[in-house]
Amino acid sequence: MELILALGIGALVASGTWLVMRPRSFQVIIGLCLLSYGVNLFIFSMGRLRIGAAAIMPKGGVVDPSLYADPIPQALVLTAIVISFATTALFLVVLLASRGFMGTDHVDGKDPKR
Amino acid sequence: MAPPSLLLLLLVLPFISGLIVVTMQARRAIVGVSASVMASAAALVALFWPVVREGEIVRHVTLWLPQQGINLTLRLDGLSFIFAMMVTGIGFLVVIYARYYLSSKEPVPRFFSLLLLFAGAMNGMLLSGNIVVMVVFWEMTSLVSFLLIGFWRTNGAARDGARMALIITATGGLCLLASMLLVGHVAGSYDLDRVLASGDKLRAHPLYLPALLLFLIGCFTKSAQFPFHFWLPNAMSAPTPVSAYLHSATMVKMGVFLLIRFVPVFGGTEIWFNLVAGVGLATLVIGAVIALFRHDLKGLLAYSTISHLGLITALVGIGSPEAIVAAIFHVMNHAVFKASLFMAAGIIDHETGTRDIRRLSGLRHAMPVTAALAGVACAAMAGVPLLNGFLSKEMFFAETFAWHSGSVFDNAMPYIAVLGTAFSVAYSLRFLLSVFFGPPATDLPKEAHEPVAWMRRPAEILGVLCLVIGIFPAVTIGPALAAGARAVLGEGVPDYSLALWHGVNAPLIMSIIAIVLGALIYGLFHRAIAQGPEGPPLLWRLRGARMFDATLVQGTWQIPRRAIRLFGTVRLQPQVRLLVILGILAVASALWGSNALRPVWELSPVDPVFLLLWVAGAACAIGAAWYAKYHRFAALTLLGGAGLVTSATFVWFSAPDLAVTQLLVEIVTTVLLLLGLRWLPRRKVEIAAAEGRKAKIRRRVDLAVALVCGTGVAALSYAVMTMPAGNLASDWFLEHAYAEGGGTNVVNVILVDFRGFDTLGEMTVLAIVGLTVFALLRRFRPAIESNEVTAQQRLQNEYDDAADGRKRGDTVRDYLMVASVIMHWMFPVIIMLAAMLFFRGHDLPGGGFAGGVALAIAFLLQYLAADVTWVEDRLRILPVRWIAIGLLISTAVGMGSWIFGYPFLTAHSQYIHIPLIGDVPAATALLFDVGVFVLVVGAVVLMQVAIAHQSLRWYRAREKAEGEEG
Repeated sequence: MELILALGIGALVASGTWLVMRPRSFQVIIGLCLLSYGVNLFIFSMGRLRIGAAAIMPKGGVVDPSLYADPIPQALVLTAIVISFATTALFLVVLLASRGFMGTDHVDGKDPKR
Repeated sequence: MAPPSLLLLLLVLPFISGLIVVTMQARRAIVGVSASVMASAAALVALFWPVVREGEIVRHVTLWLPQQGINLTLRLDGLSFIFAMMVTGIGFLVVIYARYYLSSKEPVPRFFSLLLLFAGAMNGMLLSGNIVVMVVFWEMTSLVSFLLIGFWRTNGAARDGARMALIITATGGLCLLASMLLVGHVAGSYDLDRVLASGDKLRAHPLYLPALLLFLIGCFTKSAQFPFHFWLPNAMSAPTPVSAYLHSATMVKMGVFLLIRFVPVFGGTEIWFNLVAGVGLATLVIGAVIALFRHDLKGLLAYSTISHLGLITALVGIGSPEAIVAAIFHVMNHAVFKASLFMAAGIIDHETGTRDIRRLSGLRHAMPVTAALAGVACAAMAGVPLLNGFLSKEMFFAETFAWHSGSVFDNAMPYIAVLGTAFSVAYSLRFLLSVFFGPPATDLPKEAHEPVAWMRRPAEILGVLCLVIGIFPAVTIGPALAAGARAVLGEGVPDYSLALWHGVNAPLIMSIIAIVLGALIYGLFHRAIAQGPEGPPLLWRLRGARMFDATLVQGTWQIPRRAIRLFGTVRLQPQVRLLVILGILAVASALWGSNALRPVWELSPVDPVFLLLWVAGAACAIGAAWYAKYHRFAALTLLGGAGLVTSATFVWFSAPDLAVTQLLVEIVTTVLLLLGLRWLPRRKVEIAAAEGRKAKIRRRVDLAVALVCGTGVAALSYAVMTMPAGNLASDWFLEHAYAEGGGTNVVNVILVDFRGFDTLGEMTVLAIVGLTVFALLRRFRPAIESNEVTAQQRLQNEYDDAADGRKRGDTVRDYLMVASVIMHWMFPVIIMLAAMLFFRGHDLPGGGFAGGVALAIAFLLQYLAADVTWVEDRLRILPVRWIAIGLLISTAVGMGSWIFGYPFLTAHSQYIHIPLIGDVPAATALLFDVGVFVLVVGAVVLMQVAIAHQSLRWYRAREKAEGEEG
């Protein structure tokens, strides 16, 4: 299982990195989204993989931490999801504005000379 | 005896009243407040006279950073008494003068507020008994001076002069700070008294030279000494009251004040003598020569100020006890006569409309009182007997004539002094004779006449002072001078006599030579000077200010631009590529040779469904990368696929919260991107062969970098995942989530309780993004081609036009009829879902964020189901207010814990029973979560509305344009 997830993360990160280095802003925005999936999963995987052990506690009584998935990476990733949503939205609007003002969707605001 | 705590009042009073004055409107009240503050500050200073006269030091200490040895120590001795009296007394006169100088159209509150702040900063600098605090106030005076020089903001010369003054004096201030830190390091304390006592230690220390040089740069820049003198003439673009107050009487005296103050610390060495006396004498001569050739009244006075400051500096450099006494004495005299001369120049400018000496002439007929006044002040400046300038100049001559070290420089000193003074006599004559004597000028911009009496009064008071001090020096100024000298020299105050007549001696002869020589220079050359350029022959092309400007342009503009062209690129792609490569290298170097990662090469049993899931996920990711350039919609769909796989993975590995959030966010992101697609340009598939060779290489490099990056992250995550776990922090959260956070869903408890402050920051980010999106799109201007009707709309319109009985837009309305009805009806259901997600959040997967996004999706669906107009007609929420309310709720909940004496965001928890629903967790964290919920709804809906509304705006604009054409 770990190997599959690791390869999956690798695929997400590689595609994302490739796209982030492309010249068109839409490619970059898709790349950022893919990268954020990859990175979120990476952070999440730092808490190790547990099946059927969601961190929902019983009400009261002694708690055995070894029975539950690690909540810290999950909390971190929850924050990361929100922030990456915000940056994506912001970048989308900047992209649109830049396209409107500069007349091109090239990341530098002007098309390269041919 | 006045209590020392009054010093604190003296310091604070101008600052507070400055802040009050800036809010006031009525000019009369503003002037009244400012004048009374200056007067009462002067009275406060005067209260300490009985103590100071006895040679005692008034001290008041407020602890500030005692561990660092930096305290707000206030300290008043004879020397600071004299300067503080000058600051407050002349400040009072300047306030009265400025009331008549400024017209009512000008921003009067700002002006007087700045004057008061300046007085406060000056007092702070003079009273500081801690050398670090002193530098802070020192810099503050530079800042206020900057604002006052640039008071007439629309005047380019004023802005340039202000900038130049700030750059030079503030740089000097930084040098001074460095020097003070060195001195404090050597002396072992920043307390002024202890520093003053450790002069011997410092002079023997290897850090003496660097500390001295930095110190001198600080003093010389502030007191406009050569070669830093050129900022002062450029500062003359300031209103004349400012020139009179800051740039002749007080602020520029700070440099010499500090020189005098630190004589016990730095003085007495040969390098001190050569440097300080040398620079002082050079400045004395250069300033006096240039002053003679200036045609602008204020320019003449500015260079004259530079020259007199040079004289004082030279005296401090000579450093004998008599010289120190003379220096203090001349500081006072110069402040008095120069302030009155500046005021006279301001009056002339005000009443005639020009300051050009060549145009002014014969003003004594129109303004007899001003002429008399200027006559007295000019005579004082030239050092004519019976006036205060004469006395200190005599003392200066005596000091230059006395024997010091016997070097060539020392022997040349009397000649240099006489030469400088001769020029000073010449320019004083020029000021007086050219302006007030001769035939009355005929082509003045205004009809010349005497100003209102009260505009003249301050200058008159100062003029009378020149006379009184000049005739009865021992009675009027003697005691203060004695107290000031004792503050510097301790018990070593020499016997000096302030009498007018000492018999025929060397200084008197030197004075007579200087006056005769000066009169000769003026008499022989005044016509040639009036016809010549603005500056001395040959040298006038060599201007410090112009060199400074050229350096500034080179240093801040041309060299950096060249450097950017050489070493940088404005293109994003190389930057990102470099960043990624650097990231890879950083990780590799951190892991190189370390054995922190020990992966276990055992494969856990593989679930075929999971394998299949990730085959699809990886395919989606790669597909999205493949299609993103030419098939945006396909890429977006594939991106959604990758997101779903991610979400499924979260479910699989016990992270239901993440799965819910990811899924909801996925929906919103996709729809927002869909809304944005419309504004992007069309792109036709290019033939790959048409690409240049360079582009091909670039793509290969990028591919390699991306592959390395992906492989590395995969390997890294595999290595970590297979290592045994063990996380004490997580265990703590698991154990205490219910007991202390009152919730069973640990992830949610961490977010809203344990780490609530992080969440507050995160919400704020979301709010800012929402507002930014909104603000950016208000100014949005799409590219011209996306302004047209889209191909799809055109097809629909053609179809509608062609068919009978159909109107334009019918096809859109028919489109997905069933689905859109369902979507309309889903609205309340989704609201229920959002409420459920929210309420169960503390105990089960869900929470404020998920609930908020779910509610926003309810609105989103309406956009899909109907058109923008339909939704906007029915939208009943005001997103910006929701954002504000959400943020307020969460912050208020956080602050609520203060009432109970707990730190910010301490949560309290219990369950309350609501009929029909059952036990509901009612932690204060839940209230906090309400804030999150409300804010998220507001921010996400705001983004949707802002982006969706664009199509409407441009649709309307287009209709309008078509209507105008047709």
